[in-house]
Amino acid sequence: MAFVAFGSQAPTKEQGPSKTGRVALFLLLPGLFYLALFFITPLVSLIITSLKAPSATGAIGRYDLGLEFGNYVYAVTQYAPQIFRSFSFAVLATVIALAISYPIAYFIAVKSRNRPLLKGILLTLVVAPFFISFLLRTFAWKQIFSNDSLVVNVLKDIGIFGADSYIIGTNFAVVFGLVYNFIPFMTLPIYANLDRLDLSLVEAGSDLYASPSKTFRKITLPLSLPGVISGTLLTFIPISGDYVVASRDFLGGPDTAMIGNVVEANFLRIQDYPTASAISVMLMATIVVLVSAYVRRSGTDDLL
Amino acid sequence: MTRFSLGKYLLPTYVFLTFLFLMVPIGYTFVFSFNDSIKSNIIWRGFTLDNWLNVCDQADVCGAFGNSLLVAVTATTVSTVLGTMIAIALVRYRFKFRSATNLLLFLPLATPEVVMGAGLAAQFLDFGWTKGLTTVIIAHVMFTLSFVVVTVKARVATLDPALEEAGRDLYASPMQVFWKITFPLLLPGILSAAMLAFALSFDDFIITQFNSGSVDTFPKFVYTAAARGIPPEANVVGSFVFIVAIAIVIAVQVRSAMKKRKLLSK
Amino acid sequence: MATEFIARGQDLELKGIRKEFPGFVAVDNLDLKIPAGEFFALLGPSGCGKTTTLRMIAGLESPSKGEILLGGKDIAGMKPHERPVNTVFQNYALFPHMSVLENVAFGIRQRKLTEPLAKAEKALAMVELEHLAQRRPQQLSGGQQQRVALARALVNRPSLLLLDEPLGALDLKLRRQMQIELKAIQMEVGLTFLHVTHDQEEAMDMADTVAVMNQGHIEQLGAPEVLYDRPKTAFVAKFLGQSNMFIGKVTETNSETTSIEYKGKKITGLTKRSEKVTGVIAIGVRPEKTNFHETEPVSDPGLNILGPGEITDIRFTGVSNQYQIDIPGIGVMTVFAQNVGRSPVVELGAQVYVSWKIEHSFGLSDLPSGVEEDQ
Repeated sequence: MAFVAFGSQAPTKEQGPSKTGRVALFLLLPGLFYLALFFITPLVSLIITSLKAPSATGAIGRYDLGLEFGNYVYAVTQYAPQIFRSFSFAVLATVIALAISYPIAYFIAVKSRNRPLLKGILLTLVVAPFFISFLLRTFAWKQIFSNDSLVVNVLKDIGIFGADSYIIGTNFAVVFGLVYNFIPFMTLPIYANLDRLDLSLVEAGSDLYASPSKTFRKITLPLSLPGVISGTLLTFIPISGDYVVASRDFLGGPDTAMIGNVVEANFLRIQDYPTASAISVMLMATIVVLVSAYVRRSGTDDLL
Repeated sequence: MTRFSLGKYLLPTYVFLTFLFLMVPIGYTFVFSFNDSIKSNIIWRGFTLDNWLNVCDQADVCGAFGNSLLVAVTATTVSTVLGTMIAIALVRYRFKFRSATNLLLFLPLATPEVVMGAGLAAQFLDFGWTKGLTTVIIAHVMFTLSFVVVTVKARVATLDPALEEAGRDLYASPMQVFWKITFPLLLPGILSAAMLAFALSFDDFIITQFNSGSVDTFPKFVYTAAARGIPPEANVVGSFVFIVAIAIVIAVQVRSAMKKRKLLSK
Repeated sequence: MATEFIARGQDLELKGIRKEFPGFVAVDNLDLKIPAGEFFALLGPSGCGKTTTLRMIAGLESPSKGEILLGGKDIAGMKPHERPVNTVFQNYALFPHMSVLENVAFGIRQRKLTEPLAKAEKALAMVELEHLAQRRPQQLSGGQQQRVALARALVNRPSLLLLDEPLGALDLKLRRQMQIELKAIQMEVGLTFLHVTHDQEEAMDMADTVAVMNQGHIEQLGAPEVLYDRPKTAFVAKFLGQSNMFIGKVTETNSETTSIEYKGKKITGLTKRSEKVTGVIAIGVRPEKTNFHETEPVSDPGLNILGPGEITDIRFTGVSNQYQIDIPGIGVMTVFAQNVGRSPVVELGAQVYVSWKIEHSFGLSDLPSGVEEDQ
């Protein structure tokens, strides 16, 4: 899927699996057992915790096993604005990231195909932001957009901003930060897909009287759709759970809390584990639904 | 036939501007690593090399960096070994529960970090394990595993099985075939996967925050410092890591380009 | 692990070999005997099971049933690295991370024998590539890689050398050259070669014995000339060259000749060259054994004569001219005439008669597929 871009440079030849037997089990079991223990079981723990009731002893942070479905109702009603906001931000940021990333991916994969040096440089530059800590990147934007920064002052001078206008803490700032951080996640899958685009198909299009823009719309775009879907999933999912960007210490404010912020607050500060777990479970369920729709169309072999 | 060729420059210009935009925070972080600030690195005071020269004056920064390194190295090692084994099995062997395995390996890639972090924390709570270095490493192995599998799998798929058959035909036992033929040829993919896992582990924040208790990693340090002001030494560490990473990437690309040229020359 | 290497030139025998894969049978009840020191070709179209058979001999597949005897000893249970058998793979399978010399020395090293590099150098000298010893395989051309693969196998002095379509990736001229070299090397070292190919010219050119495989079993086995001149089944007749085929009911047969009736005409062949002498049989003749005449030839018991017919197509292929002659009531016959400078009637549309000697006919044991027995 997405990460073929990180992997080998050679195109994958199709080699079918050929051997059976116990060696396969020996190779698989340690890793799969590890995942079962530290990925599946935690998810189960989450579900169990989401149904717990406050401890009979009344101690804070202590809960008893139960079947309190009411926790979910509480979570949804209490945090409906954040839930709605999270998904709106995620959708908006994903769409914008797509619009920004597609031309870049196209340029690297198609236009630079014959210049490996340029291609290598551009790919490195796309991935470069990853090499600076996510938090430092976001913090840098916070500084750049802070109330007495150059940017804000200039905007005030030009007159676009009023005297009381600010950027940090607005929805714009959060979406901006989300888009910035996830551009590489959107670009690389689309790039990986376009890199394998057979250019003779595009040539055939123009040979058959289609203008460049028509060729793009009718040939290139549909063929790049799997990459676009990959990229969209790979961007939307992490964004929907993010809370760093929207945190009040970074680009967020009192009105920009997302689901992630809620979970963080409930889990690490308020110690309301059932509510935090309930929200996490709902988030996970939504994503599972989305991914299942994707898997049903393409099967599981393509996933990895 | 004249055609107004502004369109030809539109895309490259756009790409150039976008890349400039992408580099802004990197530049900012780098520049402010030279800021002669006292504690919080918000306003520019003046240029100094002191931050770079005496980076561990801020003891917390170095300590956190050290922890991040320790966690990343350990987690990367475990994850790479387990993941390589799985990748080989997936490509080379037929077994029954293949779909389920693919799904199990894919799910961590599709799960938001906050869910994985909260889940693990809930589980450690249930087990009664105190959160610390061990729990962080466990968490990091877990979420890097799938990335390793994907990366190595791509490399295994390009490995011609006839090479291993030739090895067996030439009197090498299965173990010898693996060490003398399979492993050397897989090594670039394994190294790629290890680097990816290392980068992901080093930069991880959300899962770490939920599962590290009082242990500070570098991202965690930055997060908690953000409220009162991130010291410029953190910028130094960040910039340093960036420079090393870019240098490695460039070195790898240059080396493979040179190798290619050498192979084609004769 | 001391692997014993029996004296070279062992007989190979396959007894009742069967290989099943999920959903289909690749090899069905195969019996084969290859005497030591022979150059043996396993010939057949893709999917006939020849590569599977080769892999079973190498140990890369295990048979579902049957025995594989090398020098009388059943090796079917031995792992590949225990068998004194080496393979030249179709795409050469040279190890890209080792030099050419190390590739060739690999088997010697694995067997922990002395002087691996010296032996490897000698093997490379035999294929005239000692000057490329330090290169990597990727730097070599296809033909050179093929020779390195050969050296890598031969250096181990195996009892049996298996070649899996080794010349397929080479261009025509190189292929012809390699065919000559391979045969020369085989004769020089005296090893048994088992060569798997779908190219009938290649098989017939190089091999002492050819086995034609079809759908998992051997249709016919013998010296190339014999197979070509006296195919026993329709498949072999068609695979090893072109033929004119006539299908009809046997009208008379005795110890000398057998005849069938074909659309009112009588076609005769020698009984000793007919597999089947009752019912509806197919009699064929190779196009190069036929001649055409401008005037009707004198009737002769030793000749089959058909005609008159019209020349409908002429193709010039350098060595010979190929004529299609449409005989009303009979069908279209193919005649090859060697291009020796004299010119028989060559125009399209000319009316000619076709004849051939009865001793050139061959009678098949079955009918070409798609034809049913009438009457």
